[in-house]
Amino acid sequence: MNNSMKMEFLSLSQNEKFARTAVASFVAQLNPTLDEIEDIKASVSEAVTNAIVHGYADSVGIVYITCDLKDGEAIITVKDTGCGIEDVSLARTPLYTGAQNSERSGLGFTVMETFTDEIDVTSAPGEGTTITLTKRISTHAPESE
Amino acid sequence: MEITVTIKKQTLVVSLRGELDHHTSKEVKNMIEEVIKNKNVKNLVLDFSHLSFMDSSGIGVVIGRYKLIHSIGGRMAIACATRPVSKILAMSGINRLIEMYDSVDTATTKLQEEIS
Repeated sequence: MNNSMKMEFLSLSQNEKFARTAVASFVAQLNPTLDEIEDIKASVSEAVTNAIVHGYADSVGIVYITCDLKDGEAIITVKDTGCGIEDVSLARTPLYTGAQNSERSGLGFTVMETFTDEIDVTSAPGEGTTITLTKRISTHAPESE
Repeated sequence: MEITVTIKKQTLVVSLRGELDHHTSKEVKNMIEEVIKNKNVKNLVLDFSHLSFMDSSGIGVVIGRYKLIHSIGGRMAIACATRPVSKILAMSGINRLIEMYDSVDTATTKLQEEIS
């Protein structure tokens, strides 16, 4: 059965755990393995942290999450309406960080790319960023006709 | 995040219980730096036996503390990483830079061998 949910919350760092736990709980109905749940939690955490740290760097905004479960896939979007990313390709380079004076590892996009099956990043300066993560759930059995 | 700190000779053992992300990383970083600044510490063991989650913010904490310990001529190790944490550490390649052990005692002993 297909299903979907959406939620929104303030871009406060204490909401990072809430976000990854909520999405993982929703995806649990596809009967994922523990590894797949851990992959989803890590990837959602990175996308939400990106919205908080980079999207709304100097302000508090709203982070929007949707999750669609369709044909054994979890399709998750994490959206902010913050400052946007000037050069998406550069931002996705391993070890690159836009927060030069912090202790960011620059591995956020690498985690998302490693632990999901597909990632799409849509962004424009001043218009925010939407990260779409697709994770196929291996244990999903197609419904019988 | 629950942080427990013990010092054995010149080795600081920091045990983390909870989830290490962007929100909790600052607290962990500050705690470790304060102890290193005020105590006679040379080595660092991060005990991850009760750390159930880590993302790239945690990698930032580990790399930052590695640089700090390296700068004072010490050594650093990670002990008892749980499965999800091991996965992130392996992905980052940090496990090739920092020694990994399956017990805190072994990690502490190995690091102290270098001092004595």
